[in-house]
Amino acid sequence: MTHATHSVDMMRPPVPAEPGAGVYSNKLGMWVFLASDVMFFTALIGSYVVLRFGMPSAWAAPGAVLNVPLTGLNTFLLICSSVSMVKAYAAIADGKKYFLRKVPGKTMQDGGLKFWLLITIICGAGFVGVQVYEYIKLVGHGFTPMGYREGSELAERALADPVRYGAGVAGMYGSTFFTMTGFHGFHVTCGVVSMLYLYFTKVLPEKYSAQDYRGIEVIGLYWHFVDLVWIILFTIVYLI
Amino acid sequence: MTTPTTTHVRPNYMLIWLYLFLMTIAEVVLAFELPFSQNVKLILLLILAVWKALLVALFFMHLKFERWRLRLIFIVPLPLAAILVTTVIMEKVW
Repeated sequence: MTHATHSVDMMRPPVPAEPGAGVYSNKLGMWVFLASDVMFFTALIGSYVVLRFGMPSAWAAPGAVLNVPLTGLNTFLLICSSVSMVKAYAAIADGKKYFLRKVPGKTMQDGGLKFWLLITIICGAGFVGVQVYEYIKLVGHGFTPMGYREGSELAERALADPVRYGAGVAGMYGSTFFTMTGFHGFHVTCGVVSMLYLYFTKVLPEKYSAQDYRGIEVIGLYWHFVDLVWIILFTIVYLI
Repeated sequence: MTTPTTTHVRPNYMLIWLYLFLMTIAEVVLAFELPFSQNVKLILLLILAVWKALLVALFFMHLKFERWRLRLIFIVPLPLAAILVTTVIMEKVW
């Protein structure tokens, strides 16, 4: 049986494995990078936890400074991008290189690699766009990496209700918030740029096939990891 | 010489997406609407977050279907991360 022959509901690795870890080297390399990124984000999140719970005064209450509904929507966008990424992976595993194709006997059209990867790129770019919008709004209201800007709307609110707005630790709050979400946003941006590169150089010219789609699997791993990190960040930074 | 890696049944990705979506809504409702104490909310929110992260890792990243030696690459940093955070917390407490 050749590597390409498989039923639709079965998943096979893109190429035969190499000796050692049992996977091809590109994928192994991505996993090793992700393992190092786990430590990177642990350092950031761990520092945040230690700083937050080690402070004598309370931090701002959830939702007092940050726009939770908007970020909830952004979280939904990233989750959608993750599922569209895995649909792109499944599509090319089935050899579906096309954009959309009519399914005989059905009104719905079937999406191929070109369609699902484009959806992923749009959702990813949308996430970055919403995050930039959130930053602009926050800085406009006076929330900066240094804390609440003097004379700003937030500084006045913090004066009126120092407990709710965590007035005593606003500087620490601002610096940790922008560092963690900023580094995550940077990861998302790198992912979007990488996917755009793949889209124009490999996907549109139809260089991937059911026999070899390593690039899609490797960028997919990175993208799902970025989603995974955001799931943790959203809870720790916005909801707790 | 190359050896084949694992072949597996394709997970229902849309069902996983639905779980993630519903759990995200549950998190927001829990954080802002339900009258639980802060400690209970903290524990429940962390459980939901870890559960969602596991769904992504196991089904979207296909860790559930990978060999153990590959899973180890991802698992090994986790206890190291726990040691890192615990050590810093102990330093603060001490």
